[in-house]
Amino acid sequence: MTRARQLGATALLWIALLTMPYWITAIGGYMELASRVVVMALAAMALNFLLGYTGTLSFGHAAYFGVGAYGVGMTLKYLTPSTGLGMLIGMVAGTLAAAAIGALIVRLRGVYFAMVTIAFGQVFYFIAFRWNSVTGGDDGLTGWRRQPLDLAGIRVDIQNHDTAFYYLALVCFALSVGAMALLLRSPFGRTLQAIRENERRARFLGIAVERHLWLSFVISCAFVSLAGTLYALLNNFTDPRALRWDMSGNFVIMAVLGGMRSFWGPLIGAAVFVVLQDYVSSHTENWMSVVGLIFVLVVLFFPRGVLGLLQHRG
Amino acid sequence: MLQLILFNVFNGLIVGAFYALMALGLSLIINLSGVINFAHGGFLALGAYLAYSLMPLVGFWGALVVAPLLTAALGLAIERLLIRRVYGRDPLYSLLLTFGLAYILEDVTRYIWGPQSLPYPIPAVLTRPLSTQFFFLTGYRLFMVALVGLAVAALFFVLGRTRLGIRIRAGTLDLETVSALGVNVRVLRNLNFGLGIYLAGLAGVLAAGMLGLQPTIGTSLIMPSFVAIIVGGLGSLPGTLLGGLLIGVVSGLATVFLPSASEAVIYVMMGLVLLLRPRGLLGEEGRLK
Repeated sequence: MTRARQLGATALLWIALLTMPYWITAIGGYMELASRVVVMALAAMALNFLLGYTGTLSFGHAAYFGVGAYGVGMTLKYLTPSTGLGMLIGMVAGTLAAAAIGALIVRLRGVYFAMVTIAFGQVFYFIAFRWNSVTGGDDGLTGWRRQPLDLAGIRVDIQNHDTAFYYLALVCFALSVGAMALLLRSPFGRTLQAIRENERRARFLGIAVERHLWLSFVISCAFVSLAGTLYALLNNFTDPRALRWDMSGNFVIMAVLGGMRSFWGPLIGAAVFVVLQDYVSSHTENWMSVVGLIFVLVVLFFPRGVLGLLQHRG
Repeated sequence: MLQLILFNVFNGLIVGAFYALMALGLSLIINLSGVINFAHGGFLALGAYLAYSLMPLVGFWGALVVAPLLTAALGLAIERLLIRRVYGRDPLYSLLLTFGLAYILEDVTRYIWGPQSLPYPIPAVLTRPLSTQFFFLTGYRLFMVALVGLAVAALFFVLGRTRLGIRIRAGTLDLETVSALGVNVRVLRNLNFGLGIYLAGLAGVLAAGMLGLQPTIGTSLIMPSFVAIIVGGLGSLPGTLLGGLLIGVVSGLATVFLPSASEAVIYVMMGLVLLLRPRGLLGEEGRLK
């Protein structure tokens, strides 16, 4: 793709995102679905920071997504009715959890790394599931609502206006995506890609591979936990399913479905997956089979994803 | 108190034996083919439900023999149709593929046998407690431990003494050379996959008698199996066996002292192992992949 076409496509993408509240109902969607697409896209792009650019497969990102979700929910329920503070706490909690677990796993690679991330994801699931008195257990964390934002005296009512919440999510998305793009263009980001292409050679060049992997894991999880806080705020609710293994799998399939070797691929993948899942689960009891079939078909026929396919043609 | 501890340690051993049986199957497949079979739990559930449906026809003992074999046959077919296509590719794809399969298997199980849990009848011979003081030592539990022990012994015999087993072990070390020596690697991987699924099906039939039948029975057992493999050390089957029993006993003990943490404790243990000995208790040196 030429540079001009790339710029044009990116501009088109942003226009679509900015105007989504005005056409989503016209094509049969609803406001909440639009917000969900943006939140899941953020999660999938954050995962892809690690998967696509560092070449490391984490199958446990739902854990940090969920820690973010519970962080904001518990702050609003028990501490203070401040959405902003809740998001900050959720994000910090998710990032700290990732920093601790990341330190344990950066020495592992490939199959081993993936398996350990899956297994560690379950710890948080069991904590949320078992610690009834605080997390609400299996029934989820209820009894709280997102609160209006107060930005330097200007009140933004994200509580009652779904459109306002959509734009909050979009602002978070834009800031995160911008930060990730900048990071990937920096020497740090180039180093990550060098490790992906040839780890041994990167090591010979004196790059501290483990430290770079750890940092990229933590950065990726920080943005995933931000997405988690938005997800909880969107639903005014969170439950252990937000941090179960199937959620991790969904993030990975979104990234792959869209195309994990392109920056915007996971956004496309998330949009397709979220809309499809919404449609299927409202039309059939057996949505699990359909989702499972999507996984199988993507692996067999679209391993490079939608954007990979387009680029291949182009 | 002593009785309570003994009860929970014994319980933990039984649960650990399940984990081990399932984890051994997973390990076989990972070692030879590099595929983390996320659908393993789905096969386990299928084995359990097949046994349930077969029981009226062939009886308890018949089902115990036939159901795991049927499950293994399905495993062979699915390997041929689907799993085979992702060998040698990034582990990402095999994970996603088996992940999708796990979804489908669970949904199909639910569709055929219904979402509610079903009772799994056990012959009266096996349900009697053997001693009044150690009430928990029912015949079924001892029988299960014995059967798992037998299955593990048979597995190690197959791997150690038979031609197939020796080829599997050789393939684990260097598949290319094994292929160059004239072994049909496609068939070898296929049989190895079937062997792993057989163990999953057997674990399913045994678990059904102990835990009852639920469509989610497999997914609840697969995570601890991953932990068992990691604790024991990837690449080492004795390690996997040890890991399974160990986490079973540890979570059994946790039930005595801190019941709410009985699930989380095994992950803490995994964290400790990774911190102190990243290759796992019996893992090969330098194997972190």
